[in-house]
Amino acid sequence: MKFIDEYRDMGLAKKLVARIGRLSTKPARLMEFCGGHTVAIMRGGLRQLLPPTVEMLSGPGCPVCVTANTNIDWAIALARLPNAIITTFGDMIKVPGSYSSLQQARSEGADVRIVYSTQDALQIARENPNKSAIFIGVGFETTAPTIAASILQAKADKISNFHILCLLKLCPPIMKALLDLGELKIDGIVCPGHVSTIIGSRPYEFIPRDYGIACVVSGFEPLDILMAVEMLVQQIEEERPQVEIAYRRGVKPEGNTRALELMESVFQVDSADWRGIGIVPASGLVFKAEYGHFDAAQVFPVTLEPIKEAKGCICGSILRGVQTPGDCKLFRKFCSPDHPVGPCMVSSEGACAAYYSYGDEMDNG
Amino acid sequence: MDDTILLAHGSGGKLSHDLIEKSLLPSLTNPLLAKLDDSAVFELSGRFAFTTDSHVVNPIFFPGGDIGRLAICSTVNDLSMSGARPVYLSLSFIIEEGLYLEELKKVVASIKAAAEEAGVQIITGDTKVVNHGAADKLFINTSGIGVVPQGVNISGANARVGDKILLSGAIGDHGIAVMSQREGLRFSVSVQSDCAPLNKLVAEMLRVSLRINCLRDPTRGGLATTLNELARQSQVGIRIEEEKIPLHEGVRGACELLGFDPLYVANEGKLVAVVAAGDAEKILEKMKRNIYGAEAAIIGEVTQERKSKVIMKTRLGASRIVDMLTGELLPRIC
Repeated sequence: MKFIDEYRDMGLAKKLVARIGRLSTKPARLMEFCGGHTVAIMRGGLRQLLPPTVEMLSGPGCPVCVTANTNIDWAIALARLPNAIITTFGDMIKVPGSYSSLQQARSEGADVRIVYSTQDALQIARENPNKSAIFIGVGFETTAPTIAASILQAKADKISNFHILCLLKLCPPIMKALLDLGELKIDGIVCPGHVSTIIGSRPYEFIPRDYGIACVVSGFEPLDILMAVEMLVQQIEEERPQVEIAYRRGVKPEGNTRALELMESVFQVDSADWRGIGIVPASGLVFKAEYGHFDAAQVFPVTLEPIKEAKGCICGSILRGVQTPGDCKLFRKFCSPDHPVGPCMVSSEGACAAYYSYGDEMDNG
Repeated sequence: MDDTILLAHGSGGKLSHDLIEKSLLPSLTNPLLAKLDDSAVFELSGRFAFTTDSHVVNPIFFPGGDIGRLAICSTVNDLSMSGARPVYLSLSFIIEEGLYLEELKKVVASIKAAAEEAGVQIITGDTKVVNHGAADKLFINTSGIGVVPQGVNISGANARVGDKILLSGAIGDHGIAVMSQREGLRFSVSVQSDCAPLNKLVAEMLRVSLRINCLRDPTRGGLATTLNELARQSQVGIRIEEEKIPLHEGVRGACELLGFDPLYVANEGKLVAVVAAGDAEKILEKMKRNIYGAEAAIIGEVTQERKSKVIMKTRLGASRIVDMLTGELLPRIC
């Protein structure tokens, strides 16, 4: 298939792997930020191909996984409101909150519908003018512009029953927060691909400057990732940490200015609650005052039960990059995609789900 | 209003008789069915295979087939997967009131065509109509009886170390064709469902070799789930090669777009055969000469190591575990 096969070329992959092997003399602990990267690495079995000096670690880049329990509880409470239709991306419905999940609420009669884009969510609002259509707005900078666009569209079309539970989060601030915790020992970061198509590569510049950590923006095909690893290893060997792009077909240093403008017209930066990490200042997006009537949080105040975290679940530590799925006592035994305890096992981009489904021979003895 | 199905069509009264005699019997009739007795009485001798399957596909019409063709093919295929020659089928409709009679007639025509293609007879049936909302347009149950020829011994538990794994063609066509029509996910693909009766293909394979140890059609859960079932049932390891698995471009594109792994996408006209290594090539040659096996390939083998597990050599030369499908397929979100 055009534009896919080129990035999975076995001959080129072998050459890259050989080059990484020749280059790498120092230990290189690399964090792949995105869940999409983790899936591609596991699915292609890339970790087996890399030399023992190069270690890959999953990061917090799975929007479903980092959604805090309290926010899942919130979404479920909204689903139980009379006359509400909840629209959401697919993975969210299975994530267990403190007491229930959207899937369970649906089986109890709540109207919860899976959509594939915010435009579909808006269409449902349009078709059900007598109901409140609430979209669960989970995502990073990649998703934010599309949600902003749907809000502007709703405003233009005077659709007043369309609301968003805004749980949008930002990547560079969480990278800073993780590095400031001091528990993460890494030499390089495989920076987000899709997020960077929107924000560009410049927002990562503080990482090599302030923390001495190498950064390379990567795409999601095996060759993209191998190329990013090669560039990271080279930076680490030469001790010249900087931000580079291995995904030039998608990412420009300045990003997508049009999408950024759209985002900024509807949202402003505020603190956000991250699973396993807590409330991080300036790491999320909330509605600007003039769009408050689209904000489900303002329009539908709900009271929540005190939150309850699942016992033994280490999703938080996995998201912070300090533990791996194999370290979890629940992994495979009590936690599986069919009976997930934590969100990292639910999302198709969650580290636990990726290790569970694609675990290579190293992980499964 | 005689163009939709009414509750009265299932009441057992005059409208029921009209429906059966005007819309169903003319297409499907044969001497056993035409008697309209409470059960069909027939003679058969030998070893039998007996199976049943219910069909609730949504939408009922999809590119490359419909619920009628599916109902016939899947029961024919379930019988074929034990090496049986399918002979008789039962056919039972549960209809939601309000279904257009035209739609029902279209489904019946497709049932007729599929049954003729497979060479099976429908010898008993039933029709029920339920209130609006109590079913989704049309559900169909079929059961089937087949005769297992002498010398045939096929079971999911029979895979032996060293056996070769054959796949009859490209995977994922049915799942993607159906998904492309789902509400909220309409996309246009050139993919057609592969829904087809495989009994003739199986008969031809068995004529070439009786050393076919397992046969299974990778329907829901896809190829990955079927191979895992075989590995577990036979207590063996299975090793496959990603490169060898046939995959149509349209399916591959749709899977890339939606974040699906084609190994888990449903098929309705494909089979996996585990056969003695020595006979693999000649069985493959025979399969390729059948229209439903034209793209057949040897995709792997049965191993001693990694009991009950399926391992795949990826295109990049690494190995990874291929697990059963867990949960339902959901598109990715970022």
